[in-house]
Amino acid sequence: MGAVSSQGLLEDALEQVASAPDERALDQVRVRLLGKKGELTTRLKSVGKLPPEQRREAGQSINRAKQALEKAISERASELARQRLDQALAREAVDVTLPGRKSPVGGIHPVSRAMERLLEIFRRLGFEVATGPEVEDDYHNFEALNFPDNHPARAMHDTFYLPDGRLLRTHTSPVQIRVMKEQGAPVRIVAPGRVFRSDSDQTHTPQFHQVEGLLVDRNVTFADLKGMLADFVNAFFEDDLEMRLRPSYFPFTEPSAEVDIRWRNADGSTGNWLEVLGCGMVHPNVLENCGIDSEEYTGYAFGLGVERFAMLRYQVDDLRLFFDNDLRFLRQFR
Amino acid sequence: MKISHQWLDEWVGTGLDVEQLAERLTMAGLEVDGLEDAAPPLDHVVVARIDGVEPHPDADRLRVCRVVAGDSEYSIVCGAANARVGLRTALARAGATLPGGLTIKPARLRGVASEGMLCSANELGLGDGGDGIMELPDDAPDGQPLAEYLQLDDTILEIDLTPNRGDCLSVRGLAAELAALTEKPVNPVEIEPVPAETDRQVEIELASPENCPRYIGRVVEGVNVGAQTPLWMRERLRRSGIRSLGIIVDVTNYVLLELGQPMHAFDLDSIGRKIVVRQAEQDEPLTLLDGQTIKADDDMLMIADEQRPLALAGIMGGQDSAVGDDTRNILLEAAWFNPEVVGGKARRLGLATESSHRFERGVDPQLPRLAMERATRLIMELAGGRPGPVAEACDKARLPVPKAVTMRLSRLNRLLGTALSAAVVNDVFERLGMQVSRHEDVFEVTPPSTRSDIAIEADLIEEVARIYGYNRLPARHPGGEIIVQPPAETQLQEEQLREQLAARGFHEVIAWSFVSRKLLSAFAMDDRAQPLANPMSAEMAVLRTSLVPGMVEVAARNLRRQIDSFRLFETGHCFASAKSGFEESLRLGILMTGRLQAEHFSTAGQPVDFFDLKGEIESLIEFNAVAGDISFKKSDAPWLHPGQAAELLINGRAAGWLGQLHPALAEKLDLDQAVFVAELSLAAVSERRLPRHHDSGRYPGVRRDIALVVADHHSAASLVKSIRETAGTLLEDCVIFDQYRGKGIDKGYRSLAIGLILRDVSRTLRDDEVDALVERVLDSLKNHFGAKLRG
Repeated sequence: MGAVSSQGLLEDALEQVASAPDERALDQVRVRLLGKKGELTTRLKSVGKLPPEQRREAGQSINRAKQALEKAISERASELARQRLDQALAREAVDVTLPGRKSPVGGIHPVSRAMERLLEIFRRLGFEVATGPEVEDDYHNFEALNFPDNHPARAMHDTFYLPDGRLLRTHTSPVQIRVMKEQGAPVRIVAPGRVFRSDSDQTHTPQFHQVEGLLVDRNVTFADLKGMLADFVNAFFEDDLEMRLRPSYFPFTEPSAEVDIRWRNADGSTGNWLEVLGCGMVHPNVLENCGIDSEEYTGYAFGLGVERFAMLRYQVDDLRLFFDNDLRFLRQFR
Repeated sequence: MKISHQWLDEWVGTGLDVEQLAERLTMAGLEVDGLEDAAPPLDHVVVARIDGVEPHPDADRLRVCRVVAGDSEYSIVCGAANARVGLRTALARAGATLPGGLTIKPARLRGVASEGMLCSANELGLGDGGDGIMELPDDAPDGQPLAEYLQLDDTILEIDLTPNRGDCLSVRGLAAELAALTEKPVNPVEIEPVPAETDRQVEIELASPENCPRYIGRVVEGVNVGAQTPLWMRERLRRSGIRSLGIIVDVTNYVLLELGQPMHAFDLDSIGRKIVVRQAEQDEPLTLLDGQTIKADDDMLMIADEQRPLALAGIMGGQDSAVGDDTRNILLEAAWFNPEVVGGKARRLGLATESSHRFERGVDPQLPRLAMERATRLIMELAGGRPGPVAEACDKARLPVPKAVTMRLSRLNRLLGTALSAAVVNDVFERLGMQVSRHEDVFEVTPPSTRSDIAIEADLIEEVARIYGYNRLPARHPGGEIIVQPPAETQLQEEQLREQLAARGFHEVIAWSFVSRKLLSAFAMDDRAQPLANPMSAEMAVLRTSLVPGMVEVAARNLRRQIDSFRLFETGHCFASAKSGFEESLRLGILMTGRLQAEHFSTAGQPVDFFDLKGEIESLIEFNAVAGDISFKKSDAPWLHPGQAAELLINGRAAGWLGQLHPALAEKLDLDQAVFVAELSLAAVSERRLPRHHDSGRYPGVRRDIALVVADHHSAASLVKSIRETAGTLLEDCVIFDQYRGKGIDKGYRSLAIGLILRDVSRTLRDDEVDALVERVLDSLKNHFGAKLRG
């Protein structure tokens, strides 16, 4: 056997490597030629039987063929592995535009959402959240707040009564009384919660939510109230809105005011004045009713309707939607 | 209250247009709610005189009128019964558009040409003037535009007065306020005493002087109650929303609007010789002007004669003594009633009158005599009659007199955050008609008798702030001391809970705090329901004892709207009557229905079941590390499915319940799919553990799985509890990973596969000790529960 036939063997083998359809076929080629009993291996072993002058050349020729074949096999193996991966990847491909497997999506009621935003601002202004019962007595809801018996101011609150004379609170102001009686001055609280008035039409529901604030300390002035309210309103609406205070009347504050803001229309133009909250300096009778010296301490109080703020903030045009709890409505407030 | 701008302008020439005027009032605390034209535009409507009336040739009820308006003459077909020669009335000529939208064009009515239309007050949007065409005074100049003649170029201000400002419920009061605001003088109407022409008077007895310390009566004899109320008066009443009801009532109403004094007129011949102002007897009956018979309470005040009640003082007159068509002689009343005796009474009776509205807010105690003179004069001028002397009964000591109130300038500036000078403050008081003196820091201020709302220093400070202008007062932005008082870390905040639930797919709802008793009773939750004394409706008659019925109603509503898969929650107060008073508690309600997962193409999906609901609650408890020993036990709550109802216990105390809504109840409520509900005490699940670090070790654990066959009546919880007790501290976790019933397992038994995860923080466990421990566990389960290893 001579070098030429080794070369012929190699060419033949290389062809088989190149056409091996898979890794198994490739391995068969390798075993046939390079295995322990492979043809090239056998030839290499038989080099020793050649006459010494031919050995060197024959050995080199066979080794070259072996190396070439090994390289070809290795390259073909990589190629086949790559093809196999490509096929697998292609098989596993998905339509990425199909929807994902979601958990159900919930949401917070717009009134709670607005309430939380309001409270967050007041917390940052140093107010602590205080709460109280929804079923109240006349003393905390009216009397201590300087609503005299039979006074027309009581008619401003259409009150729900229980048969024993207790009532559903008409505002969260009774919390003022409870906190002042319990902890005395100074006080810096906001009282959020559900309140009730026997009234139902386009713009009234028998229950709604209020946040009421109270700050009592030495040297609290009307100027503090004005400044705080302006900061609060602009923080809530993330805007710089014009604000005005109009004199008004609440039995538990004096001076009392209604607060209007100059609304900005959706197109950015200046809108109408909108009443957004009521406020005033705590009436001295209220402080005295709670055992706080009205000469030493002064304070301000304010109250707002949460639904009103939610309506303005989220452009809800019908108050009654809040209590209908239609999921098509609620889902809009995620 | 509604008032004519023209009328106000007559009393005080502010020089402001009506928008500016409204703005000034609003910014002074007299909120102008609306401005309304006194009349619709009445182009082409003129005063006209009827010169001839001929019958219509083809229609019995129509007539053909020859009408003159200035230089023009018109032929108008008219159906009004009061069309007569000489009448001056309103003519809508061709081109006029009436408020109802009708445009007047020349037309033929039953064959006769009509060049316009003679109009009633109604047709012109000028209120209720009866059926016929308008009757204008004989001196109305024909041809003049009607709007001009009636001075309809006026605006009605609708003012929403706060209850402390009863003094502004009249032209006189508003004028005083406007004068103070604009620093212009008031031009009050001249009121001269009217001398008596007869001696006739009634005796007056003040039997309840604390409630009525002043009562003035005056007889006017020979009045013509049929006299027409002049147009100017009718117009002013109309612009204030008051109907014309005959000359006598019109005059008293006019005086009420003009001066603010409610008055009443009795038919003199229907009452006795003496007026007694006394407390009503309990349940004393009286038929009022509006025809309803009330039963008075003894805290109400009655105007009576010797025999019987005549009028409910300050609220409404009685029917029997009212002025009627046959009345010839009248008794006029002007009195001062204590706001306390009128306050709330009209409301209690379901009445609200112009009179009670004013008396409960306080009428000027000095006003009755002035009003009496004014009313007498107007009646004499408009309806004739001869007045008697003014009879007045007065308990001076009980009549309120304005008291001086002191105000410290330093206090004012301290409260307002201002540095107002004494001169500025003094000026405000004087503009408000108050008498002022000052000694250094202290003002002594006596308000006019109209201002019963001024009683303490704060009232005066408010007046200064109000007139000076709230918007001129300074503002100081928050700053200074910071109070740090965050909530306890172990207290789960409601807003955190809301966020968590929303993130887990729950939608928050806010249902009504009141529900129908029927709904609660369907849930068998009405036992201790607290009813309202004055509910809005039967649907809202009792306070909710649980959040769940309301939430189930919300669910039903959404299911009807084809939304069939959702999770809801609500936090809120629930109420129940209790032996010792009343319970109010804050709860968390949860509701799940429909699919477990959102719909997806890859799977058919599965409906939520009991364990999904329980899992949500367990996750909530675990996520928040709720403090205490948590356990669940079977519940027999009647509103739940008897086989899928559990109670949550925290430290052995009831903290809530959960389960499937009872299928029979679901059916009753028209729910056609399973609904899972839970309610937890918010307080109980809001107490968290504060994390304390302990060594979690580096050594691997081992897991041993066991499969046990146990009788059904042994709960899984009891098995797990026993395993924990036996295994002790080496047991890191214990999971139930399979439950099997059926082939190979006897009926009444089940197989539970339980994985024991064992670990020691300080070393690797040896196989032999693990084997020994599992053996002990199995022995214990066998002894306590008869559990057998599944073969």
